[in-house]
This record gives sequence, C-alpha cells and structure tokens, in this order.
Amino acid sequence: MLDCGLDMTSTLNFLPLPLVQSPRLSNLPGWSLKDGNAFLDKELKECSGHVFVDSVPEFCLPETELIDLSTVDVILISNYHCMMALPYITEHTGFTGTVYATEPTVQIGRLLMEELVNFIERVPKAQSASLWKNKDIQRLLPSPLKDAVEVSTWRRCYTMQEVNSALSKIQLVGYSQKIELFGAVQVTPLSSGYALGSSNWIIQSHYEKVSYVSGSSLLTTHPQPMDQASLKNSDVLILTGLTQIPTANPDGMVGEFCSNLALTVRNGGNVLVPCYPSGVIYDLLECLYQYIDSAGLSNIPFYFISPVANSSLEFSQIFAEWLCHNKQTKVYLPEPPFPHAELIQTNKLKHYPSLHGDFSSDFRQPCVVFTGHPSLRFGDVVHFMELWGKSSLNTVIFTEPDFSYLEALAPYQPLAMKCIYCPIDTRLNFIQVSKLLKEVQPLHVVCPEQYTQPPPAQSHRMDLMIDCQPPAMSYRRAEVLALPFKRRYEKIEIMPELADALVPMEIKPGISLATVSAVLHTKDNKHVLQPPPRPTQPTGGKKRKRASDDIPDCKVLKPLLSGSIPVEQFVQTLEKHGFSDIKVEDTAKGHIVLLQEAETLIQIEEDSTHIICDNDEVLRVRLRDLVLKFLQKF
Amino acid sequence: MDPECSQLLPALCAVLADPRQPVADDTCLEKLLDWFKTITKAGSSLLLLQENPCLVELLCHVLKPQDLSSRVLSFSLRLAGVFAAQEDCFQYLQQGELLPRLFGEPGPLGGAAWTAPSVRSGWIQGLRSLAQHPSALHFLADCGAVDTIFSLQGDSSLFVASAAGQLLVHILGLSMQGLAEGHPSLQAGDWPVCAQKIVGHIEESLHSTAVPQITQALNVLTTTFGHCHDPWTQVLWVRLSPLVGSLLEKDPVPAAHSLVDLLLSVARSPGLSSSSCGLWETLAQTLNHLSPTQAGPLALGILKLQDCPQVLRAQAFVILLQPLACVLKATGQDPGPSGVLDSATGDSLTVDVLLSSKAACVGLLCRTLAHLELLQPLPQRPCPWPQEPLLGAAVTLLQLCRGSASPASDVGRHLCALLLGCVRVQRAALDFLGTLSQGTGPQELVTEVFAVLLEYLRSPDSSPTVLKKAFQATFRWLLSSPKTPGCCDLEPHALLVLRELLPVLQKRLCSPCWEVRDSGLEFLTQMTRHWGGQAGFRHALLASEVPKLTEQLLRDPESYVRASAVTVMGQLSSQGLHVTPVSPEHPGGQQKSLLVELLHILSTDSEGFPRRAVMQVFTQWLRDHHADVAGDTEQFMARVLQVASQDLDWEVRAQGLELALVFLEQTLGQFHSHCPYAVTPPVAAPAGSLAQALQPLCRVRLFEFAFRALFDCDRPVAQKSCDLLLFLRAKTASSSGSLEESRSGPDVASVEAALQRWQAGDQGQPLGDLEPEVVAALDCSQALNEDSLMG
Repeated sequence: MLDCGLDMTSTLNFLPLPLVQSPRLSNLPGWSLKDGNAFLDKELKECSGHVFVDSVPEFCLPETELIDLSTVDVILISNYHCMMALPYITEHTGFTGTVYATEPTVQIGRLLMEELVNFIERVPKAQSASLWKNKDIQRLLPSPLKDAVEVSTWRRCYTMQEVNSALSKIQLVGYSQKIELFGAVQVTPLSSGYALGSSNWIIQSHYEKVSYVSGSSLLTTHPQPMDQASLKNSDVLILTGLTQIPTANPDGMVGEFCSNLALTVRNGGNVLVPCYPSGVIYDLLECLYQYIDSAGLSNIPFYFISPVANSSLEFSQIFAEWLCHNKQTKVYLPEPPFPHAELIQTNKLKHYPSLHGDFSSDFRQPCVVFTGHPSLRFGDVVHFMELWGKSSLNTVIFTEPDFSYLEALAPYQPLAMKCIYCPIDTRLNFIQVSKLLKEVQPLHVVCPEQYTQPPPAQSHRMDLMIDCQPPAMSYRRAEVLALPFKRRYEKIEIMPELADALVPMEIKPGISLATVSAVLHTKDNKHVLQPPPRPTQPTGGKKRKRASDDIPDCKVLKPLLSGSIPVEQFVQTLEKHGFSDIKVEDTAKGHIVLLQEAETLIQIEEDSTHIICDNDEVLRVRLRDLVLKFLQKF
Repeated sequence: MDPECSQLLPALCAVLADPRQPVADDTCLEKLLDWFKTITKAGSSLLLLQENPCLVELLCHVLKPQDLSSRVLSFSLRLAGVFAAQEDCFQYLQQGELLPRLFGEPGPLGGAAWTAPSVRSGWIQGLRSLAQHPSALHFLADCGAVDTIFSLQGDSSLFVASAAGQLLVHILGLSMQGLAEGHPSLQAGDWPVCAQKIVGHIEESLHSTAVPQITQALNVLTTTFGHCHDPWTQVLWVRLSPLVGSLLEKDPVPAAHSLVDLLLSVARSPGLSSSSCGLWETLAQTLNHLSPTQAGPLALGILKLQDCPQVLRAQAFVILLQPLACVLKATGQDPGPSGVLDSATGDSLTVDVLLSSKAACVGLLCRTLAHLELLQPLPQRPCPWPQEPLLGAAVTLLQLCRGSASPASDVGRHLCALLLGCVRVQRAALDFLGTLSQGTGPQELVTEVFAVLLEYLRSPDSSPTVLKKAFQATFRWLLSSPKTPGCCDLEPHALLVLRELLPVLQKRLCSPCWEVRDSGLEFLTQMTRHWGGQAGFRHALLASEVPKLTEQLLRDPESYVRASAVTVMGQLSSQGLHVTPVSPEHPGGQQKSLLVELLHILSTDSEGFPRRAVMQVFTQWLRDHHADVAGDTEQFMARVLQVASQDLDWEVRAQGLELALVFLEQTLGQFHSHCPYAVTPPVAAPAGSLAQALQPLCRVRLFEFAFRALFDCDRPVAQKSCDLLLFLRAKTASSSGSLEESRSGPDVASVEAALQRWQAGDQGQPLGDLEPEVVAALDCSQALNEDSLMG
C-alpha cells in the first residue's frame, strides 16, 4: 500500500470546537427542513446561510471496501502528512504487515497526530450527531452536506493509545537503504525534497523498476534536495502529490505573506496564521527572521502555540542528516541549522503548548500568532478567530493549501477581520514535472486523472497538465489499473560448484553455451540452481523407496545441437555420398529434400529436421550423420 | 614643446625602450600619446623629430629583435602614425626607410609580437593616423598593407576587426578624394589603385559563399555610406547594388542584419538619390525576403525615413504589425477598424515563428513592441496610427503572460503556454502600454488597461522589474486621463483607479523585496508631484495608510529605499500631506517633526543616498519657504551647513553649496551668472548696508563652509564654491567702498593666513567668527581673484 493519508476536509462540515464556551456558536439557530420539520435542529446549526453539523468532527478514511486491508503486507509512507490515517488501518482492519517510513517522518507524524488528538480530546463534546447521515435524510440537506460522500464511513478521531500502537508497527528506514520484501521486490526510499524525511520510493525486481513519486519538491527549502538520478530507467513512474495550487508561485506567496503581515502589524492589527506545527512554518520563520528587522518589526512578538510546538522546533534542529546541504554545514560550525533558535533566544519568537498558562500573562498586542488547526475547526486557532474576528485591523493569513479558505471561514461569518490567502505549496508544479520526466525518462507514467487535463475552471491552461510521451496512464477513484509491463524474466542464481563444472562452448563470437543439469531450488521468491544429488548406490536393500526419496533421473544426455543446415551444401554432400535424383522443394517453414530413388524425404525446418524413410534404419542413420555434420554439438 | 619636456624626453624614451623597465599601466602611454597629438597639432612634427632625435631612435629601437612589451610596440606604431600624418614628416621618416620597417613585412607584421592583439590594433591605428595625404596612399599600395587590412577584417579580436573595416573605409574615402569633382566614371580602370583594390575586394566578398566575408563587405559599405556623402558614393552604389541584390536570391539571406544596416545606411545617405538607383525596389524586395524577425528592424528604419514612397511605408508598417496582429487573431479579437492590422493578419510565416519555440516567440514579440514604442512618438509615424488595436494587443499580451486570457483557438492556447510568466514580454508590453498612453482610446479599453495594470500590481508573481514598469505605465495612464476643463485634478474614473491603487501601494511598501518598496515610493513621488495639490488626490491619500507607511520607510534597512522615502516625505510635507503620527511613547507630548528626523538622517545615516536626498529636500524646502524652515531659517541653515561640511560624500557637500546659494539669493538677491543672455530683472538692492546684509551669512557660518569647500579635494565641490564666491564678490564689489579700511586690518590678515594653511591641506584650524567686514575684504582680495579660484 502506498501511503495512507487522511481526508480532513470532512471536518469543514462541522462547527468549530471552541476552547471556551462561545456564546455566538452555542446560540446559532438549529436548522429545519423546508416543511418546517425541526427534528434535525439539535444536530445541524445554521450560520450565515451555511449549515454545519454540531458534533465532534469526523474524518473521511481511506477506501476500505475495494480491498481487504488485512491482506496488505507492507505500507510505504512518503511523508508525515501521508500517514495520518495509519491508526485507523493498523488498529481496526486486521492489518498485520509492516509499515516503512523514515525517522523524521515518524517523529513529526507523531507530533501531528498528537496535536490532532489533543485538539479534539481537550474539548470533549457530549453530543455525537448521526441522524443526518441517514441516506434518506442526507439528500434533503443543503449543499455541501448533501453531496458529501460515504458519510457513513466517517470516523471520530483516534486516541493516543491507537497512535502509539500504530507507530510501533513502523520500521525505520534511511534514504537509499534497500529493503527486501519477501524476496519478490526490493524497496528503497529516496529523498523527495518536500519535507523533513519525505521520500519517494523505488520498487524493483531484477528486471523491472517502478518509481513512486509523491509529494516532491525541487525548490531549495530546508529538507535534503530531491534525488532525481535514482529515478532513471523506471518502467513505470507513479506520480502523485503535485502542488494543489499550480498557479501560485511559492516565492511570490512568501512575499505576499510578509507584506500583508507587515501591513497589518504596522497598522496596529494582529496577524493569525493557521498552520500545521511542522513543515512550511520552518521556512516562514526563516523568512521572517530575515524580514522583521528590515521591516521594523523587531518589537512585535511572534507566538507559536501548539501542544507540540516545543518538540517541533527542537526536533527540526536535530535531524541534521535530513536537511539541505547549507543547513547540514551549520551543524559543524556548530550552529543550529534553523534560525528560529535565535528568534527564540532573543525572545522574538515564543512558543506555548496552549492558550492557558504562561501565554495569557505574556500576551502582548499587536502580535503574530502561528497556531493550528488550518481547518479552523479545532485547536487554539478557533479562539483567536472568535477573539480577533470582529476587528478589521486584524488579518488571518492562510498558508496551508489543504483547505478551501472560504469554507474554513464559513462558520465565522460575518467576519470583519481581513483574510489573505497565500497558499505556500512547495510541491512539484507542472513545469517542474515536465522537466523531471524529461530528465528521468520513464517508459510509462501513471497518475491521477486530474493531472492529465487542465483544471475545469481554466480549460485554456494547457500548461496546467502533465505533458509527456507516451501520454500518461490515468486512474480515478476505485479504478483498478494493470501496470503496463509483464514480468518475463526471473533471476536464478547458480551455486559455485555447479558453475565450476560447466564447460561453455562458444557458438558465436561472444556467445557461449553450456548445458547444465541441476536442481532448481525456490524459496522466498529466490531461485537457486544446485548440483543434482549424486545417484545413490543401490544398497541392495529390498526396502521400498518412499516417494520423497525419489531423485531425478540422471540419464546420460544426448548432446544438444545448434546451427542451421545450408540446403545447397547439404544436397551437394548427399550427391557426394552417392545419392542421386535429389529434388528440393521450398515450403512455408523450410525445405523438403526428396531422395526419389530411395523413397526418402528429409524435412528441414527452422527448429526441427525429420528424416522419413521406409523402415530403413541404416539409411536413416546414414542420413542423420550427414545432417549432423552441419550442426554443432555440445 | 617647452624646454623642460625636451630635456626629459631622452630619459623617457630610454625607459620606454628598456625591456627591463616594463610599463605596467597602459593609461600613461595613452596620456603620452595624447600629449604628442596635441603638440603635433600645434606645430611641425618634422621639427619635433629633428629637435628630438631620441624619438626616431625610439622608433628604430623597437624594431630590433628583443623582448619589448607589446604595449610599447603598439604605442610606437601609433606614435609613428601620428608623426607621419604630416606629409613632410612622412617623407622624413621615409628617407630612413623607417615606415616600411614599421608597417611593412619586415616589421612586427611578420614577427612573434603580431600575435598580441594590442600590436595589431596599434598597427591599424598607426596607419589610420598616417593615411592623411596622397603620399600615404602610395605607401599603402606599395607596402602591401591593404592586403593585411583585408585579412584583419576577420581578426579574432573584435576591436581589431572593427578597426580594420573602418580603416578600409577611410582609405577608400581618401583615395576617392583625389578624383576630380563630379561623378567618376563607372569604368574600374579610372579609379585610383587603392580604391580599385578595396572595391574589388568588396565585390569578391559579396560573391563569396562564406557569411563572415559577406558580413565584412556589407559592414565596410555601411560605414562608407554612413560617413561619406560625396557624389562618388552614388557611383559605388550603382556599381555594387546588383551584387547586394543578388544576396536576396539566396535562401536564407546571408548576413541579413548587416544587409539591413547597409540598405538603411544607403537610404539615409543624402549623397544618393534613392529614386534613381532602384533603392526603393530593393528595400521592398528585401522586406519580402527576410524572415519576420529580420524584417522588423528594416521596417522600423524605413518608417523612420523622412522621404519614402507611401507604398513602401505601408508595406513596412504591415510587417512591423504582423506579430501583434497574429496575437489578436489568435485570441479571437477584432484587429480594429483601421484596416492596417487587418491586412497584417494573414501571414503564416509570422505565426510559424511565433509558435516555433519560446525563445523565438519572445524575441519576435519583444522586438516588435520595442520597435513600435520607438515609432509611436515620432512625427513621421504612420497615419492613421492604429491606437485601438495596438492597445488591445498590448493588453492581450499582458493577459497571456499572466494566464488570465482565455483564447479559444489552438494557436492562442499555444501562445498562452509559451508566454506564461515570461518577464521579458511583460516588461516590453508594459513599456509599450505606457507609451500608448500618449494617444487616446475608447473608455472601455482604457478601463481594461487599468484593470490589467492593477492585475499586475496586485499579483504576487510580478517580478520587481515588472512591477516597476507596471507602476510607470500606471502613472502615465493616470497622467493621460482626460481632465475636466479648468481643473487639474484626476478625473472621476482615474480617482476610482487611485482608490483601488492605494491599498496595492500600501502592500507593496511592505514588500520584503527592497526594489519593490523603492518602485512604490518612486510612484508615490510622481503622483504627489502632479496631484499633491488636488483635493481628490489629497483626500484619497490621506484616507489611506500610505503616508504613515512611507514615514516608517525612513528607517528602512536599504539605503535606496531610505533615500526614496526621504524624497517622498519631503514632498508630502511640502504639500501638507504629512501627518505626524502620535508617538506611542509620548502620547500627547511633543511630536518629533520631520525636519528633526531628516536632520538625524543627514548626520547619522551611514549611506550617501539618503543624505543626498535629505539635502535635496532641504534645498527645495528653502526655495519653497517651507513652514518648518521659514520659522527659523538661520538656525536651520547653520545646523545643515555644519553637518554637510563634515560629510564624507562630495555630493552632499556640493548639495550643501546649492543650499547655501539659495540662501544667498534669498538674502542678497537673484543669482544670474549661469545664463548670460537672460534678461536680468532689476535687482532690489539689499536693504541697509552691505555689512548688515552679510550678517545672516556670517551667523550661519556660510563663509566658513564655502571657504572650506573651496579647497575641497573633489573638483565639483570646489568649482561650485567658486561659483558661489564669485556671485558673492559680484554682489559685494559694488558696495564695498565703505569697507575699504578693513582690507588691511589684522583680522583679515589672520583669516588669510588661515586660508593659506587650508589651501596647503591643514584644515584643522577653524576660521573663527567672521565679521561681515572681513568677509567683504577677503572676498575682494587678490588672494581670491578669479584666476586662482578657477585654478
């Protein structure tokens, strides 16, 4: 199984979970059907024309009906965002396999899960809505609830216990490490340049190579750069995880982010940045480190609030081997690789596990707050939205591309604060993909259907699709696709003593053949030719042999023949040996040499020669020997 | 030559001739050569050589086989050329067979030194100087130099190759000068030997299949027709035009760029009667044969010609417009009613070039836009000018580059893919759009123009250079918006645009990229300069955060931005648009005025640009009687001059003198010395005595500042100080009689002594408090006469 991400956009259908009682949210009117029936008003609330489920947010799990996940042997994880559904799979499907991921992926993935669980568990909600999920009722609801798919499979968040159990099933791997999977294939993680520890995977046998490219970046940010060279010579390249915002250039967006941040703060407003606790935030803090002095923002406090803020900032500094070259060299100076260490030292950046406690006493405005969750449905961000939403001086800047910012803001309407959308997605865009494919030259590309056509809203943008030759094979949800290659060869090892015994014969310059008699031993998809056991001398016992004691017959084998018979020379030879009245006929497959006098027929074809004579064994053997003269034996 | 130099010359020549004393610096040789040129221009070279035999010895010496540097050898060749430019001196040198040895086969030409480009260049320049008289022509013909020049046309050094071509042109011109007035005959035998040889070589090159040779021949002809307009050039053209025409029959046309240059040079030549020598036909034919990329410069050149048949102009204009017509057609737009673009749309060759590759597409479009931009303001631009479709094309190109156009055709989509994010086309299109603001357009198109400009200004993907162009184009369009009669304010639509613009500007002023902040400030400066006094603009600006943000940029870490912010703030303050922010530290307390802030920058800023900007603002404020200055001008002047006099940047000191001059003018009356022909209005004599008038100048220590500047190590500062003191002397001279007695007083003597020490470089000692009488005496004294001031 390649990755197991969690679709969190389902949470946008739910009301936010406030940290403290929010009179505004609790006083929202219940929603009733057009005919006035109000039986759903406890479950559904209306806010500025949108309807939300008033319940603990639920998540949309990966497809579970198409395959039995208990039969999955291995899960390969690309990056920490692509493992958020792991507890659902490892703990609830009978999965008994192994999960492979790099160390930073596991550590930061754990932080993301821990934060998610913490956000949800710290504001327990007694109510759990399920009535609306009834198919007959759901179709009566307004969009987008009406159109939500497979709502019956939506699940509440996992627990920390499940997270720990799931993570214990992960086996850590390093870049370029070769991992044998049951002898059938070898898998290797390669740096994908997107996030700390993010990987692309190579899955290869001796004769076939499949590359799985997911969430990769060619930009120079903090992680190790993408390893492109190892992707060369792939039979198939499965491509996914491209940028979600192909029209937004990350550099431009970072500039936009800084400008809007400075503009707000200079006007005395506060800036709220809903974000994940790891990833782009490191780059943003680095940009701000360079920018705040120049923008005269040195006195403005930056707060990073997350249950895992401290761990995230510290973890980032210790994964030196997973960082880009520049940051790696800093470690030897020795300096912390990321400049946020200095921001913390100089008190410009302060981090807190939550709003409660020290933060309340340190809090100073105007300020910049980085906090989760980017969906604006849970986490400390909900509190800041309620607190700052009423003033037009404040700004919320969306940098994570996973959620529609308009949908995220819907339950906070009407909103006075300014909203800026600066999605920073460093993953590959279509121009970069096109360059990558030219460089790597896979025989076939397999990708989601969406990548093979321009976005529906911009049908003229031919540049916003994958352009490669041969055209990419596309797949859509729940579609079963046969990869375009056949396994034609297997590698077989030969034991040294057996190899020693071979007597190769050169049949063409550079090509030698040898016959081999051996026992083919197959175990764990590995094949070995071993010397045949020596024929045991009959012990004279009359005991009947058991079937398992059978050894293969080792008859003295006839030599193998090779070569072709030149008809004209063959006929001349026959004439030399006294045969006359020879007639040659061409057939579709070869020739027939008729010895009319001897009433004999020699049928010469590409891969067989037949001598048909009338019970004259002497003649047959004579003719056979003449035929054999033209062939090589070994 | 003065005797001192004559005495030094042998030693100098000895140094030059000594390989053990290499000349490390080329510039001293250049200066030496300039000096010899000056001397030979003023007098006889022959006499010079006769009086200074060391010079001929030097020229002989460099010919000996030795390890002499190529610099000295090159210098000697050029020096010989300078001497031999005078015919008698040429003969003198010829007697000693020196010239053939220097410039002929036995000289450096055959030796190892020839591998140095500087020697080859010196050889050419020497011949160029020498070729001034008929004897030189014979010499050139006899020593085989012309053949060497032919070969040097293809020299690996571009400088040598170019100089060789120019020398050929010069020799050709010189040899043809010898012909009798009027047209020479077309018979080759009648032409002078050198001319025959050169023209023969050109003909041979034009016949060649090697493109470099054709290029060389065309370049020589281009220079010839560009520089020489004698009647013989027409004969030359008549003789060579069939050969030039035959180049057009080749596919592709070889050396197309050089061919275009030649044809335009011929067309511009007043010596040729274009109609009589079939030039228009050749031009028309060339336009048809060249690829769209090559034809553009020719079309522009034709359209810039003063006299040109209308048909040819129309053909050229169609070719020039073709790429934009293709863009309009590909995006499904009407090429407009003028018909010019309509006739330009059908060219499939242009479409092929546009779609062939990104580089070709971008190159053709950028060149087309640049050509049209050059053409637009010219009086001879085609009429009717297709303003509307051109506007449409520029807007469409900008939309294609942003991906905001939605073309329906395949060609359009392909174009969109090629142009997406292309900064070069964006810059060229924005420049062109700005130029088109000089014309008019229908309101809906103007709205579209502003929409696309705003789109660019808002876009986070716009590069800093694109943004700068977008700001410039926006300003030009705002400037060209139709004005309400009798009112200078922005018209209502432009005001609406301005209201949308200001939030964008606000954001740009906070950009992390300093170039963007700087462009934003420059844009604001331009707007304030034009509309700062207009109510609509003032209201919109004051309602925005822009003035506040601008003030914060006075403390920007980038010096260019600080300088721009100083300029804007100075202007905002002059216009009463500077809002002093309430300091959070001192609510309700004394607010820090802009004057104090600017003085702080002047005295503490580590970079020169902001300090220069402050001085300019202060000068403008003083001129405009700005309230902050007018309150206590003397204190202001004293403070500024004190800080400026200690500034390490000479421009700041020079600007300080400018400020002092304004103050002088305001105190004593107008300064008119710069414009001798201007009508001088009657100057009101300063009230009271001269001493009284000079009192304020003494109080602000203007004289100390000016005298210190007089001995400034930077010449412009000293010169400006001279201007100021001369003005002062002119002012004081008329009424200095009453101060006569002070001239020999003890104060004057001590100040003069101090000034002499300053002149000697010891400026540590201050002049002390100067009295007006002393100043007037000093100013009139012999020590500061005009000659010494200007020296």
